[in-house]
Amino acid sequence: MTLDTVKPGEGGVIEAVYSEGALRRRLLDMGLTPGTRVMVKKMAPMGDPIELSLRGYLLSIRKEDAAKINLREAGA
Amino acid sequence: MSYLFALAGNQNSGKTTLFNALTGSNQHVGNFPGVTVEKKEGQLKNYKEASVVDLPGIYSLSPYTAEEVVTRDFIIQEHPDAIINIIDATNIERNLYLSLQLMELDTPMVIALNMMDEVIASGNTIEVKALAEHLGVPVVPISAAKNEGITELVHQVLEVAKAKQKPARMDFCEGEVHVAIHSVAHIVEQKAAKQGLPRRYAATKMIEGDEPTMAALQLTDNEKHIIEHVVENMEEKLGTDREAALADMRYSFIEGVCRECVVKHGDTKEQKRSEKIDHVLTHKVLGIPIFLCVMLLIFWLTFDLIGAPLQDLLGAGIDALTGVIQTGMEAAGVQPWLQSLVVNGICAGVGSVLSFLPIIVLLFFFLSLLEDSGYMARVAFVMDKLLRKIGLSGRSFVPMLVGFGCSVPAIMATRTLSSERDRKMTILLTPFMSCSAKLPIYGMITAAFFPRHAGLVMIGMYVLGILVMIGSGLLLKSTVYKGKPVPFVMELPAYRLPSARSVLLHMWQKAKDFLRKAFTIIFVASIVIWVLQSFSWSLQYVEDSAQSILASIGGVVAPLFKPLGFGDWRAATAILTGFSAKESVVSTLSVLTGAASDGQLSVILQSMLSPAGALSFLTFTILYMPCVAAFAASKREMGSWKGAIGNALYQTGAAYVVALVVYFVARMVL
Repeated sequence: MTLDTVKPGEGGVIEAVYSEGALRRRLLDMGLTPGTRVMVKKMAPMGDPIELSLRGYLLSIRKEDAAKINLREAGA
Repeated sequence: MSYLFALAGNQNSGKTTLFNALTGSNQHVGNFPGVTVEKKEGQLKNYKEASVVDLPGIYSLSPYTAEEVVTRDFIIQEHPDAIINIIDATNIERNLYLSLQLMELDTPMVIALNMMDEVIASGNTIEVKALAEHLGVPVVPISAAKNEGITELVHQVLEVAKAKQKPARMDFCEGEVHVAIHSVAHIVEQKAAKQGLPRRYAATKMIEGDEPTMAALQLTDNEKHIIEHVVENMEEKLGTDREAALADMRYSFIEGVCRECVVKHGDTKEQKRSEKIDHVLTHKVLGIPIFLCVMLLIFWLTFDLIGAPLQDLLGAGIDALTGVIQTGMEAAGVQPWLQSLVVNGICAGVGSVLSFLPIIVLLFFFLSLLEDSGYMARVAFVMDKLLRKIGLSGRSFVPMLVGFGCSVPAIMATRTLSSERDRKMTILLTPFMSCSAKLPIYGMITAAFFPRHAGLVMIGMYVLGILVMIGSGLLLKSTVYKGKPVPFVMELPAYRLPSARSVLLHMWQKAKDFLRKAFTIIFVASIVIWVLQSFSWSLQYVEDSAQSILASIGGVVAPLFKPLGFGDWRAATAILTGFSAKESVVSTLSVLTGAASDGQLSVILQSMLSPAGALSFLTFTILYMPCVAAFAASKREMGSWKGAIGNALYQTGAAYVVALVVYFVARMVL
């Protein structure tokens, strides 16, 4: 499943990041590397962007970008 | 012996606080050559021969943002004697990611482990000695906000610089990545040395497919071919691509180090507190109303409760000083034209801009509270969806709102935007938010033409400004600023109480910046406008401004405004003087029409313009290029005259087109 479909309070382990170019590099640099556990904390009031918790800190990304991140072992 | 140190670290790591603690107020702010990335430099407090350059807050050394490229280039080309790498101890994993890349630059380095106090207070620990051993770089625990550990840090940095002690290890890799890096390092070794690039750095960048490095190395086709083969081989064996492989290599190493050195039972007190605050501030329903209330409160405090009395006081002071100067010159028998130059030109021009100082200082006080506390990131988070529609990100929202108060601090506030494209677009769009200096113009026109619908006309104009901003955003997004927006991948830092020193220093820097502008560009502009207003073409000093150069230019320009319904030379001249300050539109019209009172001005205006023409005139003055102070700010933040002039032309062009439409529609309706 992809990261944008995860409900707040749930999470999983990153399998692959399919975005391209500067965005992909940025996501990798921020620690969204395969094998990393992430949790979706919440959504912004207008439903987008979303707030993630990973590697002990909070990160905000847009839903369309989260749609290109695949998870395995999804769940709470 | 003089030293040069580079301060590098992630955003939100306390870098600016540390820089202030290291240098005190001995700072100069400038730009890195060729880009509008801020460069701060200062001398160490107790060691004046050593200067520190505060590099931009970054997360990596990728080639994709100006900030990251500036950092790479600075360290490689300027050869600092040591790098001070500040990292946030409460978020050590991600912070060390940049450290590993900095180590590859083969420059003496010390890690300043900031916010160690928070880690310890929450019952967690970081084994500092073990961490230093694993990384091969000295680590000094500090608390920049509490000014703890700074002396030890400076001592350590000086020692490392004196001994030219480079990072002891750079080999963070294992297996396939290790093989690839070492093979490539072997191939590029000589060319890298020739270009002054560190060997290991050149090799990893080549594997990552880093274009600037590839171009710099000038490899032969054969060498490129071999490298490509090595990298493809690595990708195949790992089942992943080159960029992911290297990011993974670094994070895997860091995870190993953290397992050995970091004991973490849970979040720190500050992180738990942040989560509670966020429950309210980014709440699904309350988030946006709370943000709007915060902005309203700031506006009320800045422009009304505190700002207005201060502004009046400063204005009175400037008037008194002007009075003293005038009396002095009269007593000394100075020529009338010179008196006029000093009093009506310089004192009035610089004075009217100077009276904005309290507002600028107050606004930046509140903005730096928002920024340093961590709330600004939440604003971006909450507002992003709206602004994305016009090709910007949530970060641009605050400067735009500030624009309703005054375009000058709004343009100055775009400094906080991390993307140059967003920054430039925001600078261009912000003046469409009708600023408070335009209020007297609303007053004048509505009193004369729409006394019963004054409120409606005003709200209509504000909305029109916002619509033009949105339209321009859409237009620019698909033309001039077509370039890909910088990805919106933003850290939400823990809320922290801003340090008083940082907030005060920030205010002081903005005030200094504004004052410098007032006494240079605005000083000159005031003289030029005065000359145009006070002399005829034969360079005769004229008492009646109707005979001045400006009035005759107004006469020449006037036909241009005829299609808009205000081809009168006095209206055209008022628009020209509006460039010095928007309030001047009103004062110029009263002077040129010879009106003795506001009531009389209304009557004369009614004979000069039709209601549709008045509406069109109002539209044009609301939208056209901002005043000289805002223009100067725009020039500084755009980094070039070309950019600032381009903005002004666009704004004036948009004003013309929209006023034309308004006139056309109004003539049918009114």
